[in-house]
Amino acid sequence: MSAPTTTRTPGRAPTRPGTPPERARQSWFRDPWRKPRVLETITWAYLAWSLLPVMLAIFMSFSSGRSNSTFQSPLTLQYWVGTGFEGDDQSLFRDPDLRSAIRQTFTLSFATMALAVPLGVAFAIGLDRWRGRPAKGANFLMLMSFVVPEIILGVTALYVVLYLFKFIPLGTPAQIMALVTFQMSYPVIIVRARLLSIGKEYEEAAMDLGAPPKQSITRVLLPLLMPAILASFAIVFADTIDDFVTVAYLSGAAESQTLSMKIYTQTRGAPTPAVNAAATFMLISTTFVIALGYLAYRRLSRGQSDAGVGGLASQV
Amino acid sequence: MRSSDALEPTKSERRRAEREAANETGVWYPKGYWKRFATPGTLWMVLFFVVPFYVIVSVAFGTVDPVFRSPLPVYQPWWWSFDAAAEAVGKIFGPFRQSYIRTFVFVVLASSMCLVLGYAVAYYVSRFGGRRRTLFLVLLISPFWISYLMRMLAWRSLLTNDGYVNDFLSFMHLPAVGWLEGEPVTVVLGLVYGYIPYMILPLYGFLDRIDSALLEAGRDLGASPSQTFWKVTLPLSKPAIAAALVIVSLPMFGDYYTNNMLSNSPRTVMIGNILDDAVNTSGQGPEAAVFTLVLMTMLLIPMLYYLRSTARELARR
Repeated sequence: MSAPTTTRTPGRAPTRPGTPPERARQSWFRDPWRKPRVLETITWAYLAWSLLPVMLAIFMSFSSGRSNSTFQSPLTLQYWVGTGFEGDDQSLFRDPDLRSAIRQTFTLSFATMALAVPLGVAFAIGLDRWRGRPAKGANFLMLMSFVVPEIILGVTALYVVLYLFKFIPLGTPAQIMALVTFQMSYPVIIVRARLLSIGKEYEEAAMDLGAPPKQSITRVLLPLLMPAILASFAIVFADTIDDFVTVAYLSGAAESQTLSMKIYTQTRGAPTPAVNAAATFMLISTTFVIALGYLAYRRLSRGQSDAGVGGLASQV
Repeated sequence: MRSSDALEPTKSERRRAEREAANETGVWYPKGYWKRFATPGTLWMVLFFVVPFYVIVSVAFGTVDPVFRSPLPVYQPWWWSFDAAAEAVGKIFGPFRQSYIRTFVFVVLASSMCLVLGYAVAYYVSRFGGRRRTLFLVLLISPFWISYLMRMLAWRSLLTNDGYVNDFLSFMHLPAVGWLEGEPVTVVLGLVYGYIPYMILPLYGFLDRIDSALLEAGRDLGASPSQTFWKVTLPLSKPAIAAALVIVSLPMFGDYYTNNMLSNSPRTVMIGNILDDAVNTSGQGPEAAVFTLVLMTMLLIPMLYYLRSTARELARR
């Protein structure tokens, strides 16, 4: 969520300018060129702690037992696609409730992307150039929506739908309304960072060459912003798929339940590996979209200093 | 307004544009052009972000339907009544006081653990990442696209009574622990696990931008590597640390699902749980609104601090 900066070339860490002769006599601890073993261990330990449980949870979705805490061989897909086993257990793609949750999750993600990204991109361009007091207010609102804890946003959105905007029914419409409000700041922040880094020269050149304002936007500015717009789509998609608080507060009938809500309620009960399958399915979808977004981002920002993971990371 | 598509700007347009150009816009666009881009977003934010806050205030200071106990918001400030709100605030200082204090303790513990561990990781990757930097970055970003609930689900399966953690403990001939039965340790570590990625990435972004000339100068002037760290790197990263602490602790204050998934016991109730319970209990509408307003007020200063520090950071670059 900060402006892209020039990526560091790898290896700017202190290099060894010839090993000093007295090095052998120095204790290991005092050696200024020693490898940062402690930090390295901490980093790998952190990464293992952070990712191994998730990998185990993915693995558990292929278990053939009822429990999602102890793996039972053999590996099966029965909690993904199986029918009628072990009493009334259901699998992810067969259980009508889970299927409706999958549908609702994707409906919300696509609707939110379709609304939040165009609104946000226009908002970002406008905020970047619109001077004056109202612009500052709008910018403040946008940033506030970014930092306010989600529970506050969820409760306020719930109450406005219940008591003032009664024409927005709870369920899909209310969920989309709140999600767009919460997600709009991502495209705004990402696109503004990109606007700062591309500067005004290209547009000025276009206008000097006679392009009217509209064309200089559609043919110069928007193509230049494309990497940022794609990154916004990917991030809004991934974040909406995973959203739980907002979606849960504004849900109505059973059809407006999403996968994340199913995971939440079933985890607190007696979860079967179908819950793990649902979570893994969400993870696969977001990974797919993020990878797609990343490839497109790299293709579009080829030859620029901030291409690559570092550039994308500095935009998150 | 004249058609903005005209190729040749008229004299007056040109002059106005030039005046604006001098006024740092740089490019010749008709006046009010950019306002139109920002209008839909601004309207959306006012309708669905500002108005809801007014509704919350109106519910908090409104009345309750005498039969159904459902809130009746009062939109006219001169008819607001503050009795119910005072009662709710009284509860915060009464029965809920301990949960509020507990929330502060948990959040302070969890975010300082996030800071120590997160700083070490961010520092290592930014200074010694070397050729593996890309791999590290992908691994550090990946929690962002793994669903938060899935990450908690994973720990829940590990920590249940017959889960692998207790299996390991009994293998080591240690007594099993009821991790999910209201252990504060589980909740605090769960918060650290959940929010530490938000700490590492901004810190990495900052540490990566530190001019290495400053560190080399420190070394040239005779400071040892650890002195360079304590006297140059760490003081330089103070603003980034403060911003990262705010960004991890804000969502922790409103978190209720981590607690519900990893403990669900009255022994670990936090502010978020109280608020969530009030929202889900019928007849407590105004109380939930008051709790929301209290939480918002509590967090206003850190939020404003964060906004100011990011604005300053952007201006500096």
